[in-house]
Amino acid sequence: MRRAIFAVTATIAGLVLLLSFKTTALQGPTAQPPAAPIPAATEPRRSTGTATRAVTGPVVNTKWGPVQVKVTLAGGRISDVQALQVPGPRVLSQQISSYAIPRLRREALQAQSARIDVVTSATYTSRGYRQSLQAALDAGR
Amino acid sequence: MGAVQVVEVMGTVFSIDVRDPGSYGHMIAEVIRWWHWVDHTFSPFRPDSKISRLNRAELTLYDCGPQVAAVLSLCRRVKRVTGGYFDASATGRFDPCGLVKGWSIETASAMLTRAGARNHCINGGGDIRCAGQPEPGLPWHVGIADPRRCRQLAATVLVGNAAVATSGTAERGPHILDPHTGGPATALASVTVIGPNLTWADAYATAAVAMGEQAWPWLGTLDGHEGLVIAADGTRRQTPGFPSLPRSGSLNAR
Repeated sequence: MRRAIFAVTATIAGLVLLLSFKTTALQGPTAQPPAAPIPAATEPRRSTGTATRAVTGPVVNTKWGPVQVKVTLAGGRISDVQALQVPGPRVLSQQISSYAIPRLRREALQAQSARIDVVTSATYTSRGYRQSLQAALDAGR
Repeated sequence: MGAVQVVEVMGTVFSIDVRDPGSYGHMIAEVIRWWHWVDHTFSPFRPDSKISRLNRAELTLYDCGPQVAAVLSLCRRVKRVTGGYFDASATGRFDPCGLVKGWSIETASAMLTRAGARNHCINGGGDIRCAGQPEPGLPWHVGIADPRRCRQLAATVLVGNAAVATSGTAERGPHILDPHTGGPATALASVTVIGPNLTWADAYATAAVAMGEQAWPWLGTLDGHEGLVIAADGTRRQTPGFPSLPRSGSLNAR
């Protein structure tokens, strides 16, 4: 879950950069790169149950104002990504809604697929285990 | 539910991951005792194991007890079904190790489920038995190690109650022999088989590696099983129902 929130944060930063190119076209060559994102908000370690709940991501401060998203979880999986705050004039808001949020949704879902419970491989020796992905997973739990 | 329990046995490392809330320490301890018993009974590397003594004709099959007889019977059936490509007697001595590991994990999974730990995942040196769910509403995400890139994944599969077995050359080199030629099987880097029972999935994966180029059409004929073959040159093929996550693009593209 935490990994997915980080991925959403990284995507926000990337999308704000992308939007900065678009706004340059609108406003002329005076636009500057946005500030770096602040670390993700903390959230519970494990999701349990099938209830729907929402997690609010970090506020990313940009030159044009704050960008913030809300991630909705259902049964522990991301089911939706919504914009809570979008910066600047209406034009930018529309760009974010029509382009950035669907892309955020896609990237968040892909980030979920990075979650692994266990790794199958050819049989390792005891020594081989120590260098394995499985050992890293076992140590992390 | 708690940390993953790790135990060194049968020359490798087993990991037990129980997700049910509550304490299953007693049953996990019993499972670990079971695995040590299996190791002591079946290991051809222990001169005093029942298998070693059976091979030296110091014991009759009857003396060895019902579990050894069951394993011997399974080995015969698997040899038949795989056209001789899985052969526990290929070296002249009876060596059921290729079947015993998966069989002992399948048994352990049944023990845990019977005790109420219905949601668990056991990794026995790379062969997996998943039961239930890691969290309510979710499938197990099983990564498949890339045989050619250290600590990288070649694919990820989503399973519920299932066994996932992998055989190949990545960890111990070309140790699997083609029983028909006696030579090492080198055409395939790894084969992963998914099925309902780890004893069989494990044996099928081993047989497939031994088959080399012929493994691909053969895997498609196994009812109730799915497979992924990664050749030595990296090319891969998977059965139509192989439950892998798309490697790129949206999860909606299935």
